[in-house]
Amino acid sequence: MLWVERKGSVMKIAGCLLIGFLLIPAFAWAVGDDYGYSITDYYAATILGTPQNLRPELAGEVPVKTMVLETDLKKPDIFFYDRGLRYTVAFQDRKAPLVFLIAGTGGGSKSAKIAALMANLYHAGFHVIALPSPTFPNFIIDASTTHVPGHLSDDAADLYRVMERIWSQCKESIEVTDFSLAGYSLGGTEAAFVAKLDDERKVFDFRRVLMLNPAVSLFSSVSQLEGLLDRIPGGPRRIGAFYNRVMAKSTDFYRKGDFVAIDDDFLFAAYQAQILNRDEAGGMIAVSFRISSAGMIFASDVMTHGGYVVPKDRELKNSDSLHDYFWTALHLSFLDYFNEYFVPYFQSRHPGLTREGLLDTLSLGSIESYLVSSAKIGVITNEDDFILAPGDLDYLRRVFGPRLKVYPRGGHLGNLEYRDNMAFLIDRLRSSTW
Amino acid sequence: MYSNTIETIFIMVLVLILSGCAARMAILPGEAPPMHTVSEFCDDENVSLTRDPWEGFNRSMYTFNYEADRFVLLPIVDAYEAAVPRFARTGVSNFFANIREVQTFYNCILQAKGKKSLVAFGRFLTNSTIGIGGLFDPATAFGWRRGNEDFDRTLETWGVGTGPYLILPILGPNTVRSAGGLAVDGGVRWAIANAIDPFGGTGASTQIETGITGLETVDLRYRESFRYYDSDYPFEYYMVRYLFSQERELKIIR
Repeated sequence: MLWVERKGSVMKIAGCLLIGFLLIPAFAWAVGDDYGYSITDYYAATILGTPQNLRPELAGEVPVKTMVLETDLKKPDIFFYDRGLRYTVAFQDRKAPLVFLIAGTGGGSKSAKIAALMANLYHAGFHVIALPSPTFPNFIIDASTTHVPGHLSDDAADLYRVMERIWSQCKESIEVTDFSLAGYSLGGTEAAFVAKLDDERKVFDFRRVLMLNPAVSLFSSVSQLEGLLDRIPGGPRRIGAFYNRVMAKSTDFYRKGDFVAIDDDFLFAAYQAQILNRDEAGGMIAVSFRISSAGMIFASDVMTHGGYVVPKDRELKNSDSLHDYFWTALHLSFLDYFNEYFVPYFQSRHPGLTREGLLDTLSLGSIESYLVSSAKIGVITNEDDFILAPGDLDYLRRVFGPRLKVYPRGGHLGNLEYRDNMAFLIDRLRSSTW
Repeated sequence: MYSNTIETIFIMVLVLILSGCAARMAILPGEAPPMHTVSEFCDDENVSLTRDPWEGFNRSMYTFNYEADRFVLLPIVDAYEAAVPRFARTGVSNFFANIREVQTFYNCILQAKGKKSLVAFGRFLTNSTIGIGGLFDPATAFGWRRGNEDFDRTLETWGVGTGPYLILPILGPNTVRSAGGLAVDGGVRWAIANAIDPFGGTGASTQIETGITGLETVDLRYRESFRYYDSDYPFEYYMVRYLFSQERELKIIR
C-alpha cells in the first residue's frame, strides 16, 4: 500500500522505518501451550506485531480527532511548525468512563500502538484521550518544564498538568463517569508515577491504572536496548553501514518476489524467508530506538541551549542544514545522553545530587511502597520482553503479586493487539478488582 | 620552502574534501563548539546517497509547501471531502489515472516495453468505454495491473543520471531529472489536448481546462496522505528525502 501510488504515499514517516525492520528470522510457529499468539521469536514479535487475523474485529469507524493544546511559549525558529501540544481524542456521545493513554518512548499521540489501543477502547465504550510521550519532541518543546526528558517524577508532573488542562478543555463536551489511566513501555512506567501524583492531588482519582510492558528501571531497560547494537558488525559506531546492509537485503528480496507493495504480505513473506538473522533483527529494533532518541536529544539541546550537539549560542533557521546534528545524535547512545547531558543538568540545578542518587529515582523502586499498597495499579507484560533486565520480572512479581499478568511470549508489545490480550486489558479496565 | 607550503595547503584541502564531513561542521567565530560534533562519527557509512547540494533552497521550498498546504490546498481538500461523497471522489481519481494511461503508453514505447504498452493501451480502451470515460476501473478487475510510467523513467532507461535532489513548489520531492520528466509529460499532454481540443465546441474551453487542471491538483493532494511536519520529528526532511530515493530504488525493477 505504501509504494503503489505515485510519489508520496511513500513519505509516511512511520511506515517508512518499517521497510528496514521488516525482515526478521522465522522461528518455530507451533508451541505447546494454549496461548494463541503465534510468533515465538521475541524480536520478530516486536517488529511484526499481531497478524491481522489474530486481532479483534472492530466494526465501524473511530471518530479520532487531533487537538492542540496551545502553549504561549516563544519557540526557536527551527520549530516554527510547532503550534502547541498535539493530542488525540475519541469521544462517545453518551456518558462513559474515560481512559488517558500515554505513549512509549519517542511516540506521539498518533503512533500505531496508540491508534490500536484507542480503537479498541473506543469500541469497548470508553472515552479516550491519548498523550505523546514526554520523550517526544512535541512534548519536550511545548509541555516539559525542564525540556530535559527522562526524569520520571518531573515528567509525571508535566503529564499531570497537561491532563488537567486538557480535561478543562474537554469537560464541557463530554460526560464522564470516572477516570482511568494506561501507558505502554516507558509510558507504562510513567503511568505509575502519574498515579502516585494523582493519589496526592485527587483531580482525577483514577479508578484503574494499567502499566503495559513497562520498564522497571529506565536505565537498565535502555542498557538492554543499547546492548543489541553490540552484536552488529563493527558495533554501535557502524549503525549506518548496518542499516544500509539491511536495506540492501530487503530491497533485493522485494525485487525478486512478485510483491505489489510493502504491506503485511510482504513483511510476513520476508519473515518466513528468514532474510535477517537474530542479531540483525535485534539491531534494527535498537536502530529505530536510536532514531527516536536522536530527535529527543536534538529537541532538548535546542530548547535548553545545552551545547551538547548544537553550538550553545546558535540560533538555527529553518533553511539551515541539520544533517550533521542528525548524524551526531544518531551515534550518541541514550547512556551518553544520560551521563553527559542529563546528569550534569540536574546536578547543576540540585547541588549535592549524585549520579547514583539520580539513578535511583528513575525506577519503580523509588515508589515501591506506593506500588505495593495501591490496589488500583496492575501490570501486563511478557516473559520474553527484552527491555526487562534479569531479575526485573521477579521484582514485578514481588511488588505487584496477583496484579501482574505475564504472557509467555510477545516480545516487547508484539502481542498488544492480540485479541485475548485486548480482551483481558479491557476487562481489567472495566472491573473494580483484579 | 614556498612550494612546500603550497603543497601542504593543497594536501590539507584535499584531506578536508575527502574526509567530507570533517570540514562541514562550521563553528562560527566566537562560538563555543558543542560537546559532540559530526567529525567524531566520520568513520561510519553514510545512509543517504542522495546528492543535495541545494539543501538551503530545498528546505525553504519544503517550508513553502507546508504553508501552501496549510493555507490553500488542505482547506480545499477538506471542503472537497465534505462536499463530494467518497464514490464520486474515487471516480475523479480513476478519471485522472485513466488519462495518465496515455503517458504510460507512450513512455513504455520509448522504453521498448512492448507488453506493458499494450496493457496500458488495453486499460485505456477498457476504462474509457466500459468504465464510462474512466470513472470506473474495470481493467484492474480483469487482472491488468496499472503500471505508472513517466518520462523520468524513460530518461533513466536512456542512461540519464538523476541529478541533484530538488523540491518543487506544490509538487514536492523530485530530482532535476524527474522535474524535467514532469515538464515533458506535461508538454506532451498539452499538445495532445490542443490537437484534439475536446471542448472546442463549447466556446469556453479555456475555463473548462482550467477547472479540470484545478480538480486534478485537488485530486492529487486528496490522494496523498503525507502532511509536512506532521511527524513532529526534527529531522523529517532527511527521512522524506531518504524515502523518496528508496521508492525510486524499488521502482527501478518494474
